[in-house]
Amino acid sequence: MSDELERRLREPAAGITELDVERLRSRLARAAADAGLLDVAYGEHDSPLGPLTLFVTSRGVLRISYPGEPVDDQVAEVAAVISPRVLHAPERTDAIRRQLDEYFAGSRRTFDIAVDWRLIRGFAGDVLRATARIPFGSVTTYRDVAAEAGSPNAYRAAGNALGSNPIPIVVPCHRVLHSGGGLGGYAGGLERKQRLLELEGVLPR
Amino acid sequence: MTISRPRSARRSLHVHLPPFEQLIDAHARELHRFLVGLVGPTEAEDCLQETYMSALRAYPRLTSTDHLRAWLYTIAHRKATDVVRRRSRRPTSEFDGFEPAAAPAPDPADDGLWAQVRALPAKQRAAVVHRFVLDLAYAEIGERMGTTEEAARQNVRAGLRRLRGEVSP
Repeated sequence: MSDELERRLREPAAGITELDVERLRSRLARAAADAGLLDVAYGEHDSPLGPLTLFVTSRGVLRISYPGEPVDDQVAEVAAVISPRVLHAPERTDAIRRQLDEYFAGSRRTFDIAVDWRLIRGFAGDVLRATARIPFGSVTTYRDVAAEAGSPNAYRAAGNALGSNPIPIVVPCHRVLHSGGGLGGYAGGLERKQRLLELEGVLPR
Repeated sequence: MTISRPRSARRSLHVHLPPFEQLIDAHARELHRFLVGLVGPTEAEDCLQETYMSALRAYPRLTSTDHLRAWLYTIAHRKATDVVRRRSRRPTSEFDGFEPAAAPAPDPADDGLWAQVRALPAKQRAAVVHRFVLDLAYAEIGERMGTTEEAARQNVRAGLRRLRGEVSP
């Protein structure tokens, strides 16, 4: 008798439809965004430079990353620095994804989207804000960008700031080169820097 | 003590909270099964979403990550109790002698036994679902329900007695 009852109680566990976790996630992301509870959303985006991971907040684009650092580590870092209310919600990144597509297709020259600067502090912020003002298709030098940021002699520090730019492409650190004419460095690898400069017509294709 | 701590020190209170995302990956499937046991398959998914919404609202204020799972189960249990309460209120006696305009549709998967489980007192219901749907040991059930192992055993036993009709509801 007791065995029979317990057997029937255990039965439905097998028959329960498995939860569609992706659907839960996207419904939750929408409801959370509507309620102002989604502080950071992230998603992946395929680009001609490889798969990008995009992080957005209510303030704008927070981070764009090339393959390399594990996404889980990046998510954990964003959770620690910005807010633990982080959800994988690719649909929340649609605006920046569309603009990136247009940029890579050659039909967009400026990004029409706000930048969330909270991952960037101090002098690096000055350098990257100066970098954000370099127009499509033109280039400058580490020295000039340091001067623009208020410290002409701090070109090494400027180089470091550019190398740790959390929002490449949108904050166009690829437009900063060595004064000697060399490409300089690029966190995403020099090949990507070269491709971006080709896309913008600075380098011949 | 009136030492004002630097901002970075205050922030460190929150540093160890994992991204909320992980709470979904780690617990959503099992919480869903728990809720199906408590409220039935039709309402379990909405209930789960409400659970996560409440959790998300409170999340940044947590000061410890030791009992994240138990915390989620407490919220889920509360949401399920709300659903059961709403449901029992639905056929009101406001229009005595008339059928309620919209009688709740019977849940197709809700056979007699599960209707009885859902009619159990809240603690017995949760304990029975933990025990038989999630297949947990009494110690674990006690931990998740914030009671002792012995209390968990008692709740399961009392629930089973009631389901066998040994106790009148």
